[in-house]
Amino acid sequence: MHPIKTVFAVAALSLAATPAMAGATFDAVKAKGFVQCGVNLGLHGFSAPDDRGNWSGLDVDLCRAVAAAMFGDSTKVKYTPLSAQQRLPALQSGEIDVLARNTTWTLSRDSANGLNFAAVNFYDGQGFMVPTKLNVKSAKELDGATICVLPGTTTEQNLADYFRATKMSFKPVVIEKNEELTSAFLAGRCDAISSDGSQLAAIRANETPNPADFVILPERISKEPLSPAVRHGDDQWLDLVKWSLWAMMAAEEKGISQQNVESFLTSNDPDVKRLLGVTEGNGKALGVDEKWAFTIIKQIGNYGESFDRNVGKGSKLKLERGLNALWTNGGLMYAPPLK
Amino acid sequence: MRNDDEPSAAADVEEPSGAVYPPPGEAGPMRLMGWARRRLFNTPANIALTLLCLWFLWETVPPLLGWALFNAQWTGDPTTCREATGACWALVGEKHRLMLFGLYPYDEHWRPLIATLLLLGMLGVSSQRRFWHRGLALAWVAAVTVMAVLMWGGVLGLRPVDTTLWGGLPLTLLLALAGIAVAFPLSIVLALGRRSDLPVVRAVCVGYIELIRGVPLVSVLFMASVMFPLFMPEGVTVDKLLRAQIGIILFTAAYLAEAVRGGLQAIPRGQYEAADAMGLSYWQKTVLIVLPQALRIVIPPMVNQFISTFKDTSLVTIVGLFDLLTSVKASLADPEWRPFFIEAYVFAALIYWCFCFLMSRYSQRLEEDLMAGTRR
Repeated sequence: MHPIKTVFAVAALSLAATPAMAGATFDAVKAKGFVQCGVNLGLHGFSAPDDRGNWSGLDVDLCRAVAAAMFGDSTKVKYTPLSAQQRLPALQSGEIDVLARNTTWTLSRDSANGLNFAAVNFYDGQGFMVPTKLNVKSAKELDGATICVLPGTTTEQNLADYFRATKMSFKPVVIEKNEELTSAFLAGRCDAISSDGSQLAAIRANETPNPADFVILPERISKEPLSPAVRHGDDQWLDLVKWSLWAMMAAEEKGISQQNVESFLTSNDPDVKRLLGVTEGNGKALGVDEKWAFTIIKQIGNYGESFDRNVGKGSKLKLERGLNALWTNGGLMYAPPLK
Repeated sequence: MRNDDEPSAAADVEEPSGAVYPPPGEAGPMRLMGWARRRLFNTPANIALTLLCLWFLWETVPPLLGWALFNAQWTGDPTTCREATGACWALVGEKHRLMLFGLYPYDEHWRPLIATLLLLGMLGVSSQRRFWHRGLALAWVAAVTVMAVLMWGGVLGLRPVDTTLWGGLPLTLLLALAGIAVAFPLSIVLALGRRSDLPVVRAVCVGYIELIRGVPLVSVLFMASVMFPLFMPEGVTVDKLLRAQIGIILFTAAYLAEAVRGGLQAIPRGQYEAADAMGLSYWQKTVLIVLPQALRIVIPPMVNQFISTFKDTSLVTIVGLFDLLTSVKASLADPEWRPFFIEAYVFAALIYWCFCFLMSRYSQRLEEDLMAGTRR
């Protein structure tokens, strides 16, 4: 064969080989012995290093859960901190195995960007916070307000869309840095600040001199379902990631926690028996040990425990469960049956 | 104070005339006043400017000192800091290890610490011209080996530490110094190549320099870190730190090459001709005659580029490396401490400033030493 043709043939072959090879994420992770998890450079409550450089957060717990299911050891995770710009390419190129970096599930990311979102681990949405003394009760009363907002993100776009749709006007005060944005708002440069609900709650709890002086308005002007994501092409790996999360939700639904999980091993509830691997089958179907869900609950806890520890009442963010409560408590967290 | 050049309504008021300057030989305070009168209060415009400056200093310096020193909170937690009116340096006390060493395993922080001190020590020694001989090169080889062993580990019972965990000041220094050290020779080759008589060599060098100079460093880093792996087969990865380092080297070399070329062009034609007349080969001529003179001339633009490179390393945050500035930002992820972000950034700025200032001062001294023969 002509040398040039050979080069093209090899190139074509290697391109054609990609989908076949891509099915190997599950096997590759198993072989290397750890999960490479893409996280934030530092977003408290979701994924941030503490003073000792140890990672914690809701997204980090997801990574640990996958490692617990795969290896029976939640510490078998390596973290790759990623900027917003590089998070999708890092997953596409195989630099990471799972992206757990407060990433909003959207159609274009799910399709054109070649990602598969596993399951929502946090429902967020953009909202407004105003000083209590303004006596504003609803976002509909914000006509003509000056609003502090970060530039260039979807946040600014959502804000403009909302005000156009409701035929109101507003003056944006656009500030690049999160910290400066907050201090500008606290110094009274704007009537309201707009950001994701979780961020507003964090600002209110930690950065205001007196949290009662500020109120978060009830409206949510965007849907931000945050979800871990994997590459297209390995369904077995996708299955493991989503069921690792759902197992944590199922455990909360059944009242199984980190402390009492052992006592449930003798339960007669068929759902619990299947979840904890007393009745075998789930582990084999996923390609992992039958004790996979037991290990997750034992080492990380159920979804509610993870939520409270990282972003809820037991954390500095002090978020309400809201949409993130179980469906049985009026929220949206709903695990399909584990059978 | 004579303002009689003003056609004011008060012209009938008799102005004191006579000696404005104190007689020579007056005592200290009087001399100072005389100096002030001559230099600061000699014309109405200068009086206005002086008063404006004094007012500005009065307005800014005491509050700044009060904030930074007198009212500052040196220890404590976010609650005590919130009550204090000054800076919250307790933040730096609390978070300095994350700021300085990033994600490097906490119990092993002594390793990057020693490596950094060793590096700074070696730089200090190397800056003294009396140590410039063969032994210094050997010392550098030894020091780099020790630093590599300390940072990587995996031998001598040291725990292996992946490069993805390197961070903070050691990472910034590594990126900057390795970038400068490798880019420097590369830039000389590029500069010589650009002035070469061989068309292919010249075209390659011009193409490289113009291509790299035509894009921002962020794009180079982004290409190296994000696009490059997409072209590689899945599972094959080149160390992320190495990719970013190569990006910085390529970028710095292109800029340095132009500085060096400026030096090459400044050498009088006679120098080349004299070297040719003595029968020196191209390399003898370049190494013995041209480069020593050219590099001496380009110290200022070169150091300019070094300083720029040092600060540009903070852009590696875009590829997820925890350099000094990113580590400082990460320490602000803690919402309780976030209100004190100014203190954290001041801390980072001070570190950057120290290094840049030292580079700048050293280059001035070097320039004076080397220019002794040609000072004008």
